Amino acid sequence: MIQYDVSKLFDIPLKDSTLALQQYDKIYLFELFGLPINATIVSTWIVMVILVLISYFATRNLKADVQVSKFQTLLELMVTWLNGEVKETSNDNPAKYMGLGLALFLFVLVSNFMTIIPWFRPPTASLSTTFAMGIIVFFAIPYFAIRNAGIKGYLKKFIQPTPFMLPMNIFSEFASTFAMALRLFGNMLSGIVFAAVLTTCLPFLLPISMQVLGLLTGSIQAYIFALLAVVYTSGVAPEQASDLTDLNKGDLNG
Amino acid sequence: MDSLALIGALSALGACIGMGIGAIGSAIGEGNAAAAALQGMAQQPDEANRIRSTAFILLAMIETTALYTLVVVMLVLYANPFWDKALDLVTK
Repeated sequence: MIQYDVSKLFDIPLKDSTLALQQYDKIYLFELFGLPINATIVSTWIVMVILVLISYFATRNLKADVQVSKFQTLLELMVTWLNGEVKETSNDNPAKYMGLGLALFLFVLVSNFMTIIPWFRPPTASLSTTFAMGIIVFFAIPYFAIRNAGIKGYLKKFIQPTPFMLPMNIFSEFASTFAMALRLFGNMLSGIVFAAVLTTCLPFLLPISMQVLGLLTGSIQAYIFALLAVVYTSGVAPEQASDLTDLNKGDLNG
Repeated sequence: MDSLALIGALSALGACIGMGIGAIGSAIGEGNAAAAALQGMAQQPDEANRIRSTAFILLAMIETTALYTLVVVMLVLYANPFWDKALDLVTK
């Protein structure tokens, strides 16, 4: 029997915080075409709306002038910075991986920053969200590997350094993305548990400082998640060493 | 002591001890990695940016062991399968 209660998304009583913690996926809000919609999906939609609105309004008045808006400067700073990071870690044309990397980075960053809104549970604190992103990376690995080096080059990765390593290589293929999903989930969950425990024993002051720390770890986790996705997807390099002109093609710094 | 109390007590004990051991291992590993990264940055300030980004990734990977423990501890504390089974047997 499924209970529906819209007020539960933003109003989780403190004494039930530990209960709501484990059953975040089991808080059903309403029904859509016969499918029960839980709080994770709704909070994901909220994050998606925010991202879409930001990108819509940010790209309205793009200028290549000397005087650009502060908003554009902020976004350019972010994209340029991540572009440089991706270029350094992948040793390849960063434009190839920026679509996946920046999307993951922005989604995780915005949902982690949403923790400062009281009673809003970030979707990244739910195992189903992080595993969905892990599965995306899991299928992106063969896609980029085959695109870089062909099917032969991709399969060759599994028998390196020796064919005896085949089972280990297959296992590590699964374990790496699994660990990625679990790492993000564990970090966000530990922040929430910590905040819940501190709120019960010392309300008002201490949880605020923990939330500030949570913002720091949240941004670091977003960076790590995106960078690890790039590290794994760029694991199989193109066969001929990419020359410097190819490397600089996607460089936004010129 | 009935079996329900035994399961509860042992779960809490196991969760605390497990989390403690998991945290110790991860903390020692992260400390070593951070020390080495700082040393590298001090010796080669030109490479500081590259070392920093690599160190972040490596620290996150080392931290994973503690987070595995955390997930298991959360399972034991909040979604304990043995507890549910025992509760079912008792209430039946």
